[in-house]
Amino acid sequence: MNRMSRSTLVFLIGAVLVFGVTQALFSLEILTSFWSTIIRTGAVMAIVSIGLNLIYGFNGQFSLGQWGFYAIGAYTAADITWRWANNKSADGLVVMLLVTGLSGTAIMFLRAKLARIRGLDALSAFTLYLTAMILLAVLSVFLGGFITPAVSGLLQALPTALSMQIVFFLAVLIAGLIAAEISFIFGLPVLTLGSDYFGIATLGFSIIVKVLLDNSDTMFGFVEMKGARGMVGIPRLTSWFWVFLFLFVVVVVTRNLLRSSYGRAIISIREDEIAAKAMGIDVAHYKNLTFVIGSLFAGLAGALYAHINGFLSPNTFNFIRSFDPMIIIVFGGLGSITGTLAASFTWALVLEGFLRLWLPEGFETWRYVVYPILLLLLMLLKPKGLFGDYEIPFLRDQLPPLEPIAPERIEEGIPPAAIQASATTMPVKPSDNPTSQEASE
Amino acid sequence: MSEIISPTPGAESTPQDMARPMLEINRLTKEFGGLRAVNNFDLALPRYALHGLIGPNGAGKTTVFNMITGIYTPTSGQICFKSQDISNMEPHEINQMGIARTFQNIRLFPNLTVLDNVRIAYHPHAGYTMNDSIFRNQRYSNKEKELTQKALEFLGVFNLQGRRDWIAMNLPYGEQRRLEIARALAAEPQLLLLDEPAAGMNPAEVVSLMDLIHFVRERFNLTILLIEHQMRVVMGICEHITVMDFGEVIARGNPEEIQANPRVIEAYLGPGAAALSEKYKRGKA
Repeated sequence: MNRMSRSTLVFLIGAVLVFGVTQALFSLEILTSFWSTIIRTGAVMAIVSIGLNLIYGFNGQFSLGQWGFYAIGAYTAADITWRWANNKSADGLVVMLLVTGLSGTAIMFLRAKLARIRGLDALSAFTLYLTAMILLAVLSVFLGGFITPAVSGLLQALPTALSMQIVFFLAVLIAGLIAAEISFIFGLPVLTLGSDYFGIATLGFSIIVKVLLDNSDTMFGFVEMKGARGMVGIPRLTSWFWVFLFLFVVVVVTRNLLRSSYGRAIISIREDEIAAKAMGIDVAHYKNLTFVIGSLFAGLAGALYAHINGFLSPNTFNFIRSFDPMIIIVFGGLGSITGTLAASFTWALVLEGFLRLWLPEGFETWRYVVYPILLLLLMLLKPKGLFGDYEIPFLRDQLPPLEPIAPERIEEGIPPAAIQASATTMPVKPSDNPTSQEASE
Repeated sequence: MSEIISPTPGAESTPQDMARPMLEINRLTKEFGGLRAVNNFDLALPRYALHGLIGPNGAGKTTVFNMITGIYTPTSGQICFKSQDISNMEPHEINQMGIARTFQNIRLFPNLTVLDNVRIAYHPHAGYTMNDSIFRNQRYSNKEKELTQKALEFLGVFNLQGRRDWIAMNLPYGEQRRLEIARALAAEPQLLLLDEPAAGMNPAEVVSLMDLIHFVRERFNLTILLIEHQMRVVMGICEHITVMDFGEVIARGNPEEIQANPRVIEAYLGPGAAALSEKYKRGKA
């Protein structure tokens, strides 16, 4: 491994300090459980918003569908832990593990096969993948019946608290993966649309998910989800440790991805799609890749959210709420991870925390008036968001240590005649300063 | 779509020393709805050619470029690059085969630095996987360093090393053009398509652009196809010229032949213009 740079060290120390201090405040009950819930919600919002920032801020695709993937993640994980906590049965875990594992393998396999077919349209590919995933889901339910007793027995042999944590951890990962797989399939046809149309299509996705959740108990027989009445009895397992761990991993992965050639490919699509294509970048692939990673984060966040309050209602996943992460990333600064982190916690603290406490009794709902006014003011004063494109040093693009170019390696550059003219045309934009152009003529 | 095609008229003018042309276009046609933007377009570019494509506005020149680079799929006809049919390939595949282009209205990545603009062009040759980048392993750091070093040296060739950290859109216009050409050449293509490189340039910049085109052609051993409106550039640097009007080829030849061709004069100046220009010439003599 290469030596740790100073900014990495500062970041790690900072992260450990933030975690330690907050944990201490919670443990010593200086911060009440009210604030603890708010801070954990803030961290969850940060995860989903970083995912959205990847898609919208860095890749330029206006997605309102993240809330749908958030809902999918929440209900998937909740279903798994609910079955374990209330029925002492690992059936949810086993079946969903099989579904994600088999679908993931099938997607990889089909992708390699389909890549050879020239001119395959997105809708046919979509149908193929979807059929495969549905068939594999049925197969998983069937196979799960055989494997479940063994896994349940194994987990029951472990101490209760430990087995609970294991199930929870796996449930969160599965939730992320299933959201990623669904987003891959959904993204195939939808990402061929131009940016605004993509926004509408993803909004449609969020609405579909919400309607399905409203009817989950009657339509699919997921009785424990209780449809529109809301799901209760989910173990409250999302500790500050878990949210912080996932947030930390998400931030580091996002940063490592973005500050690489792959990240530059993703960003170039936002900058100019046609130019990116002409530079040899497979635009369709990178759009889908970003969408999948963003949705993976949304799924993880949803799973963590489900275990904060122990209660899920389809109303939480109403499409109106899908604007929350959108507001957060615009508020924090499109294309700034630092801004997203800050804005997520601000959002949670202001909307759910301070406004609730400071507004006089009986006026709590007025926070939905105060909050938009704050947003309006901010957008007027700082249209690029709180942080613009500022990043803390750790998250910035750092050039690798470069050697000065050895004199013998300096090739003969363009002839002086070829650069002489651009020195005479000056300032920033030629149109800004017509006089200098006239002068050079 | 790709029917068997008789030898093209363009192929006859190919120098005999080159066995196969670098780029060969046969009966290329593109229809937008009922409009035939390009009709039976033929072209053969030998290696190391510097070929001009001219014609009045709306003649279909940029459409030809867009078909060569895969942004449009041809309605019919065939494009062969190094004897391989590329007419149905994706734009990024075509670029990776060795065709690079610039755009009529400069298309840089406006909010990225000059260095990143060039580094993006190296992406297909990055040499590490996404997992390498997520785990930041040794392979990532080595290759990333190598890539950045290469990009910097490349900027040096185009005398842009001092602009390394500039945001691309803040560069002066002439340098934006230079950067666009540098970016197109970063991945070391064999064929370069330049779409109106001199558009919006003042006379001094045009002169330096012509020098630049000559320089890159020699330095990178390039075949160049050029669309241009400024006759000074076209007549000054192109060895061969193809003239288009209303989607059809109306003339081919070297600059002198094209300048004397009555059909070309009429396409640019309207019917009767050829006769007028004859009269004018005789009057002057």
